[in-house]
Amino acid sequence: MFYREAGDFKTTYRDDGQTFPIRLDRWGYYVILAAAFLVVPIYIDAYWANAVLVPFLIYAIAALGLNVLTGYAGQVSLGTGGFMAVGAYAVYKLMTSFPEVSIVIHILLAGGITAAVGVLFGLPSLRIKGFYLAVATLAAQFFLVWLFNKVPWFYNYSASGQITAPTRRVFGYAVTGPTTSAPAKYLICLCFLFVLAWAVRNLTRGTLGRKWMAIRDMDIAAEIIGVNPLTAKLSAFAVSSFLIGIAGALLFAVYLGAADANEAFGINKSFLVLFMIIIGGLGSIFGSFAGAAFLVLLPVLLKNILVGSFGWPTNLAAHIELMIVGALIVFFLIVEPHGLARLWQLTKEKLRLWPFPH
Amino acid sequence: MNQQMQDGHVTADGRQIGGVLMDMKNITLRFGGVVAIKDISFDIRQGEIRAIIGPNGAGKSSMLNVISGFYVPQEGEVWFRGEKRGPMRPYQVARLGIARTFQNIALFDGMTVLDNIMTGRLNRMKAGFFSQALWWGRAEREENENREQVEKIIDFLEIQNIRKTPVGRLPYGLKKRVELARALAAEPQLLLLDEPMAGMNVEEKEDMSRFILDVNDEFGTTIALIEHDMGVVMDLSDRVVVMDYGRKIGDGTPDEVRSNQEVIDAYLGVAHD
Repeated sequence: MFYREAGDFKTTYRDDGQTFPIRLDRWGYYVILAAAFLVVPIYIDAYWANAVLVPFLIYAIAALGLNVLTGYAGQVSLGTGGFMAVGAYAVYKLMTSFPEVSIVIHILLAGGITAAVGVLFGLPSLRIKGFYLAVATLAAQFFLVWLFNKVPWFYNYSASGQITAPTRRVFGYAVTGPTTSAPAKYLICLCFLFVLAWAVRNLTRGTLGRKWMAIRDMDIAAEIIGVNPLTAKLSAFAVSSFLIGIAGALLFAVYLGAADANEAFGINKSFLVLFMIIIGGLGSIFGSFAGAAFLVLLPVLLKNILVGSFGWPTNLAAHIELMIVGALIVFFLIVEPHGLARLWQLTKEKLRLWPFPH
Repeated sequence: MNQQMQDGHVTADGRQIGGVLMDMKNITLRFGGVVAIKDISFDIRQGEIRAIIGPNGAGKSSMLNVISGFYVPQEGEVWFRGEKRGPMRPYQVARLGIARTFQNIALFDGMTVLDNIMTGRLNRMKAGFFSQALWWGRAEREENENREQVEKIIDFLEIQNIRKTPVGRLPYGLKKRVELARALAAEPQLLLLDEPMAGMNVEEKEDMSRFILDVNDEFGTTIALIEHDMGVVMDLSDRVVVMDYGRKIGDGTPDEVRSNQEVIDAYLGVAHD
């Protein structure tokens, strides 16, 4: 009742196949887009950008990337942090080697380099599955971080061993470096997220997405209908690593400004992004957003409540916060193993009939 | 093309049977010391319904797996459309125009019925990566064209009302039908059905038999099937291969096979004296 699709008839397959087939959904999507692009940049301040919105946008890209690989193609990966490091160090080397080229091109190239590395580490997936593949990608995680710490060429022989993003501009506005304004940080991440999410949606609804899902659901049957497992799995690794590389590049260049491979891209990062897609929903684009929002917002929210409202000491609040997040994750997995995306879908199904469910 | 491709005949019910489509020559398949298939030869003619029967463990499914490329026989040759087929991966066999269903349904549970059937047409969709990512030009056009073909199959198999249901939620009989739909969506020249009626009740079996006959009749698809229900096999098929312990013990029309003493012995058992 509330959620009307009566009278919304489709007369072509094109209409039936669109992303938001229900009119109400479509309008909601346009409203959110307009607000995100036009309203938020006017009001955003440094706190909102640094604590909430920019990390959300960047982790949403990383979660989308991992969801392509794990949620759509069914290949478990624990190498997300390592691949993000590849994106970060690639964009750092490109920025410092070719300062005259636009940062946007550098970020895209960093994604491309990460895709190549991802395909390389994806090769074992042709032979091994499940837990064993997870361990193989774990090797990628440790190897890559070790490599970036050990070889000084990657951090331009800097004394601290850190990489630091120099200032780069897009249309005259600084998007990296210490002078970057909050709206600029927000907007560049939003643009990348919008374009990438749209492309992932298109890939997953078409031929390539069906190949990935076929491999995920039953690889033998996939092969019998003509899916080449080699190209299907490696393309999933490539697309996934491309997105994760871009997320890593943005995390370093736009958000952190300076990074150390061990601290910024350790195994914790791999688990964080994996939790995001598990809580958000495997094999769902909305789930990637929801999971990223949940794990970025929840700590901020808890901190505000515990420290801001209750006046607890910060270190105590930090520990309690970890415990609460952990408990919530466990609770969530028990109550709804298919994640927030499934919960959202159930809500929509209920709303279709509300308030007359019988 | 060999000589046999030329001849053909018309069945009693007016269907055109052509020359040899698939020719299995002296196939032997071993798993270590176990001989699953022993020196078997038979052919499948264009447009016919060919049944492979035999007791449990006779090697029927192994034979189907040889045809569809899962197993590579140690000896023997597989000829398809008058050409010898080298060792191939299953996805390459699929691209030759051979589709199949499985004994224990092999659908993609996380995808809708529509998406499952659309996967049957993957090999006909050639849009490049960027066209797909931008959903522009060829990708979108192909999607809608192939959707139209898939909708015809959905109509044909009478599963319109479940097209957007995830396959995991469907009952067994409907899953079998969706699997047939996916195989049909590939518009195969040769359709392999591994026990299409296993575990079905009489009504579902009648439906499935009707669909198999209709597919053969309307699309002229050649069908090779494994089935245990003798009534169904005798009614549906034009010719029957009988296997027992990896050997071929009978080959011919249902009537010939029925009166073959060796076949009767294999099915009913024979007193050892």
